[in-house]
Amino acid sequence: MAERVVVTGCGVISAIGHTLPSFWSNLVQGVSGIAEATVLPTDQLAQKIAAEVKDFKPQTYFDERQLVSLDRVAQFAVIAAREALAHAGLSLDHGLSERTATIIGTGVGGQNTQDDNYKRLYRESAKRLHPLTIPKLMVNAPASQVSMHCGLRGPAFAVASACASATHAIGLAFHLVRSGAVTCAVTGGADACLTFGTMKGWEAMRVMAPDTCRPFSRERKGLVIGEGAAAVVLESLDHARKRSAEIMGEIVGFGMSSDAHDLTSPDVGGMVRAIESSLADAGLSPDDIQYINAHGTGTAANDEVETNAIRRAFGPRAASLAISSNKSMLGHALGAAGALELVATVMSMKHAVVPPTINYLGPDPACDLDCVPNEARPLVIDAALSNSFAFGGLNAVLAVKRV
Amino acid sequence: MDEVAADTVAIIAKRLPADKRNLSMTDRLDDLGIDSFSAVEMIFDLEEKFDVQIPFNSNDSRPELQTVGDIVAAIKKLVRKA
Repeated sequence: MAERVVVTGCGVISAIGHTLPSFWSNLVQGVSGIAEATVLPTDQLAQKIAAEVKDFKPQTYFDERQLVSLDRVAQFAVIAAREALAHAGLSLDHGLSERTATIIGTGVGGQNTQDDNYKRLYRESAKRLHPLTIPKLMVNAPASQVSMHCGLRGPAFAVASACASATHAIGLAFHLVRSGAVTCAVTGGADACLTFGTMKGWEAMRVMAPDTCRPFSRERKGLVIGEGAAAVVLESLDHARKRSAEIMGEIVGFGMSSDAHDLTSPDVGGMVRAIESSLADAGLSPDDIQYINAHGTGTAANDEVETNAIRRAFGPRAASLAISSNKSMLGHALGAAGALELVATVMSMKHAVVPPTINYLGPDPACDLDCVPNEARPLVIDAALSNSFAFGGLNAVLAVKRV
Repeated sequence: MDEVAADTVAIIAKRLPADKRNLSMTDRLDDLGIDSFSAVEMIFDLEEKFDVQIPFNSNDSRPELQTVGDIVAAIKKLVRKA
């Protein structure tokens, strides 16, 4: 028999807050996390802005010995996972540790480690690299570090699907709990790729906004790269009720698809199939949904194609949906984005308020849905979707319900 | 056609199927079927060839860069500056 799967804990470290409460409060107030970048040299970059985790002091969270083996991306993952577990009030005794999965999405892994070491090797002609170079930069390091730091001994692995990594990770964790293979899961996503090498790569794609991120707005000029992590504790409803845990929301459906089309151009058909399969998996109809947390990157192409996909999947219902993009404040945190956005979606349901899409200058006829411009809005949400659509044509959509 | 123009046209033509490579200055990139990412690759090739920086964001519609002639003129201007 399928288990019902609920969210009982959330943790966040982001451009607009280092904890769940500060993140949520700033998200609802429409605080921008986008500013002049400080963690990397910008003199040779065309775009000098980013959505950094500001004033981050790793020593607050880890001792010097621990930091030797932790890339920034793994630090973020562990910080978010610790907060989510504390928020859930979960004690991992009586064999629960062995029945708890750790599935963490990451776009690219330890880019700071890679960038620092390659610079030493290629530019400074270093004769040797640090012995932990490889285990720090490997893409599963955040998942492994979360399992080690939190004592989680069940199934653990990384999921990589670029900008959809966290949503795929959470979806797979949802499947494991629903099937009864595990009782709990700590899942989410992390990325920290604000390095000179990575940013030159993004610059070469010509999709970066010089000013700020304006999803669905006229005069939007592209995306802004962000960083951070978010984690959730998923748990079977039975288990959560037995220990009288506070239930934040229920995951009810997960839809996935591949465009099999183009490496970078979004595809309306692929998005529609992921949205429709999340609704079908959840047993929901378009009329049951009040809110969509959009992928909403702020590029000309994504926002127009996502609008078309929502119109096609929802028909006339599309016009009554509230749709907002957290990336207007968080930038695009890549492998972390889907987790930050799922936390935002769950909090929106819990608190009956939708965070705004900020930096909105006015309507673009190609994006004619209600994107909750510039100001948060009170809204009772029974069910919602969180969309993630990745480079490579990999789409993932989670459906959540109020409990 | 001078050398800069000829090289520029050759780089644009590289993005097109063999039977469509006979370009005129008034051909529009849209009509030639050069999509946004193909345009990004073309701009990269032009920057590498002429060692210039071309300000180009695929999110902007750029009325001044629509035809083959527009690109040739823009490259000539940048090459003169360099």
